[in-house]
Amino acid sequence: MNASVQHESKTHQAVLRVQGISKSFGDNHVLKDISFDMQKGEVVSLLGPSGCGKSTLLRCINWLEIPDAGHIRLNSERMGYAVNGTKVGDAQLSKMRSKIGMVFQHFALWPHMTVLENVMASPLHVQKRNRKEVEQEARAVLKRVGLEDKINMLPSRLSGGQKQRVGIARALAMKPDILLFDEPTSALDPMLVGEVLEVMRDLAAEGSTMVIVTHEMKFARQVSSRIIFMDSGHIIENRSPEEFFDNPQTDKAKTFLHSVQYK
Amino acid sequence: MNLSDFQIIYDERDSVITGIQTTLSLVLVSGLASVLFGLILTPLFFSKVGWVRGSIEWLCSAMRCSPFLLFVYVIYFGLPSYGINFDKYTSGLVAMIVYHSAYMAIIFRSAWVDIPAEILEAGTAYGFRGATLIRRIIGPLLLMRAIPMVGNQWIQIVKDSAYLGIISVFDITAAFNSIQSIYFNPFVCFIVAGLLYWVFCLLIELIVNLVARYARERIA
Repeated sequence: MNASVQHESKTHQAVLRVQGISKSFGDNHVLKDISFDMQKGEVVSLLGPSGCGKSTLLRCINWLEIPDAGHIRLNSERMGYAVNGTKVGDAQLSKMRSKIGMVFQHFALWPHMTVLENVMASPLHVQKRNRKEVEQEARAVLKRVGLEDKINMLPSRLSGGQKQRVGIARALAMKPDILLFDEPTSALDPMLVGEVLEVMRDLAAEGSTMVIVTHEMKFARQVSSRIIFMDSGHIIENRSPEEFFDNPQTDKAKTFLHSVQYK
Repeated sequence: MNLSDFQIIYDERDSVITGIQTTLSLVLVSGLASVLFGLILTPLFFSKVGWVRGSIEWLCSAMRCSPFLLFVYVIYFGLPSYGINFDKYTSGLVAMIVYHSAYMAIIFRSAWVDIPAEILEAGTAYGFRGATLIRRIIGPLLLMRAIPMVGNQWIQIVKDSAYLGIISVFDITAAFNSIQSIYFNPFVCFIVAGLLYWVFCLLIELIVNLVARYARERIA
């Protein structure tokens, strides 16, 4: 009884609810009826072979791709739709998106802005907050990712690892409810991966709600509260990292873990 | 060709200076105005409304594929029959601005298409949209990416201005044409005129190179 009450209240406060998401590109069914919930402070790693739909799922969450079917709810607000069920306009969508921080594989920093400007841009021009306050917070998040001495540099002058940390700072500056990471270290030199993972590890420890698409298995195991394993557009495992890595239930997951040489 | 030919040009410096001033003002005004109007027109290529996209495509195509001289004739000789009268300088200027704005719009469109998709997507993901997206992210990037092509177009503008002598705008070409018709020294006159255009273009190249250097580390 007690447990079920707890469960109820947990479900109620889900930060993210993904309900029956399907998405096709032409004849290619990339996502097939994907559902899962995320509680506040949870870190979920999305794993699976390339082409299994992980990135598309991430992009559906913030409506960069519009799913063919299903709902995304962020703090019970339905992405892309108003309360009465009608599609929302660009203005409302932009407001919803600014509660989601996204970190891109190839950084996607705005190259004409300095590091500080990149981090300040959305809070200032989209959220329309006070400049002084925004700048203070931007300096603080840049310090948090260890880049306080690079604030006036252009992205083109930074290393890949530094760029990605700016990317993370940019996401944090919006004070998002959830952070999405789309293969944040895949484009980095192996020796630069560590500094980015370290920042992400800190964020996880501080209780950020994060969805991470990654190929860094050790990292996924260490930081995740849950692993979602996908194959051909389906979720086929959704379990704790220990269970998933030590005792995968499906052949697909076994094959996958074998192929990425996870030991 | 001898020294006295240059002496003649020096003696006629008043009309040479008038010619230079005219060309300079034509080039400056139409060079800047065409960039401005080009920037205003460019978003129309990406409009969600079909007929807006269609219209701008056709307008720019028509401009780009009509000879500049013919277009000048239309403005100066054609429009008065519909009650629209410009003096020769204004006609020339209007023709330059309209014609080259179309080119600039096409240049900016290609620069826009060329911006890496992920950079724009990051804008969308972070809530930028419509005018804010254009002003803060697309605009600065496409301007900087377009600099070399805009420089080329400015050089084209310098050279196209020489056509305006045909409607008696007293530019550099017209000034030297009038001098050689009095003193019969066409070779020296036209060579000197050509050198002046070259100096104009060198100045443009200088400016463009400076700005391009600034832009290079800011575009990707």
